[in-house]
Amino acid sequence: MSAEAVPARDATASGEARAIIEVRGLEVGFEGRVGVLAGLLGRRGARARAVDGVDLDLYEGEVLALAGESGCGKTTTARAIMGLLRPQAGEIRFEGRPLGRRLRAYRREVQMVFQDPTGSLNPRKTIYEIVAEGLRIHRISQGPNGETEEELVARALSRAGLRPPERFYLLYPHELSGGQRQRVVIAGALVLDPRVIVADEPVSNLDASVRGEILALLMKLREELRISILVVTHDLGLAWTVADRVAVMYLGRIVEIGPAEEVLQRPRHPYTRALLDVVPEAGGIDRPILSGEPPDPTRVPNGCRFHPRCPAVASGRAARLGIEERCRTVPLAPLPAAQDHLVACYLAELGERP
Amino acid sequence: MGSQRYLVRKVLHAIATLLFVVAFNFYLFRIMPGDPITILARSQHLSRADIAEQIANLGLDKPLPQQLLIYLGDTFRGELGVDLRSGAPVSQLIAERLWPTILLVGISTVLSIGFGLLIGIKGAWQRGGLFDTTSLYTSLVFYSMPEGWLGMILIVLFAGLLGWFPAGQYESPADLTGFAHIVDVLNHLFLPCLTLTLGYIGEYAIVMRSSLLEVRGEDFITTARAKGVPDRDVRRRHAVPNALLPTLTLVFYSFGFVLGGAVVIESVFSWPGVGRLTYEAIGELNYPILQGVFLLSSVTVILFNLAADILYGYLDPRIREG
Repeated sequence: MSAEAVPARDATASGEARAIIEVRGLEVGFEGRVGVLAGLLGRRGARARAVDGVDLDLYEGEVLALAGESGCGKTTTARAIMGLLRPQAGEIRFEGRPLGRRLRAYRREVQMVFQDPTGSLNPRKTIYEIVAEGLRIHRISQGPNGETEEELVARALSRAGLRPPERFYLLYPHELSGGQRQRVVIAGALVLDPRVIVADEPVSNLDASVRGEILALLMKLREELRISILVVTHDLGLAWTVADRVAVMYLGRIVEIGPAEEVLQRPRHPYTRALLDVVPEAGGIDRPILSGEPPDPTRVPNGCRFHPRCPAVASGRAARLGIEERCRTVPLAPLPAAQDHLVACYLAELGERP
Repeated sequence: MGSQRYLVRKVLHAIATLLFVVAFNFYLFRIMPGDPITILARSQHLSRADIAEQIANLGLDKPLPQQLLIYLGDTFRGELGVDLRSGAPVSQLIAERLWPTILLVGISTVLSIGFGLLIGIKGAWQRGGLFDTTSLYTSLVFYSMPEGWLGMILIVLFAGLLGWFPAGQYESPADLTGFAHIVDVLNHLFLPCLTLTLGYIGEYAIVMRSSLLEVRGEDFITTARAKGVPDRDVRRRHAVPNALLPTLTLVFYSFGFVLGGAVVIESVFSWPGVGRLTYEAIGELNYPILQGVFLLSSVTVILFNLAADILYGYLDPRIREG
């Protein structure tokens, strides 16, 4: 594994990154609930397309932030990537091969970290059992260099910053602090030597004081173990801190993607701009924040999905530039997966700043 | 460690509850309207002197506080008093009725817990599926039915129309022994047991279902799935053990109530258990019997609750230090 990863890492440096996970044309929908009677009468709930055409690459050794408001489909995308949700359409490839039969092996390589470490840990299992579970499921009784199960668990715990590891073996999750619990979750992921970690809001449930530590830990794992990390977050400030690249999602689509410093310093989509306006680190707050209702995935607007809330449309700027009709009626194509800074916006197509 | 203090605290709690129940038992029946002697006198032609003598014999002429002291003393010596009507010791009367009650209520409780939990687990795991919807609504219907009414319907159907099972009683008048006797009792047991089981299942199914649904939404379940734990093991190793914790309280609570009998069903089916004894005793304000039955029932409920608490300490690591 590492023999293969080293040249790929070099390739990243020279600008030719190798995608470890490729998402193509992903669509995930949910059926709304209906009452029992209505269900018996054959009525169906409104269909929500939580993810509606997403192309995305995760490169080896990079941290990619998937950002957006709640309900934009970022968590659904992450869960589909984890193989926890069945996509209606599209494909997810791992190292060039589509998931499917290989799901079991894939589950070893791709690990997930959730927002709430308390909920992520089975309260009735000891820390040792929790961390060792991954090994037991995948029937790994020995490490690549002949390590015992206990040695592997101990290594994962210390890599996650829980030292000395033996001290934690017999403790239960409730005996640890929030930050320590999140480290246990991370140790449970690390014990399988994964290539990818998908972290869904990994620090938003933690005290401000331990957030930095957990983020630093994730960065260290990327540096030392060359793990690719997909961070799902609503917080562009966090994306700013940890990510190499940022993808901004709105209503089931990626609206802007590119290297973090470009997207966050020179946003080209009005939505990204609006999100940045509420991030203090980006020098925001005094400009008007996003108005209008949060989007409803059961009713996707015509044209550009963002137009009902777009400041450029509301201020008449789009009309002056002669694109308002297109904004309101002509749907935009989904953005392709690429390394460049891409944006789905008619305003940006004219070279205008948001 | 904290577990010893936990144990001691729970035992002290149980003892305190027991003391309260014993004292409360005494007053509870004496604040009921009417008095036992008038009721007894109604059925037996007694002279004024006879009545006075009987009152004195039973100690009912003494002031209440003194009666309470006598009652407390007797109770702690294990004496439950005598039946106001026959003069037989209450403990003996209850003991005679205990076995039929354990047979009926015990078996129904075990069956309904077993089926109820299975239904709840299967339903929650396939939430919204055909099994879930049908089982949920069926068990709700039986759960909300008055059990006496359900019993009567079953009597009409299986004893009356079809004639498959006897309509009541514990055994046939004929003197059967050995295997034939066992079959005869089981035959009599079937309908009341079915009624109680049907009536109880819903409660367990619903509690188990909602508890499992709650656990199912937890991130550690998703984490297990994401790690590749097969669905069956997610259910068996992660979801059900955690979902069983709240259900355990209900299960132990129900077992605690077994010895109290099933008043309505035992009456409907003329089943000679503790429940029917209670029913008869209420009719004639037979204080000692009522006190005895209530005491027995309270003690078992308290003991089973204590057992549940102790078991909880073992099963849920969060409680041990609590």
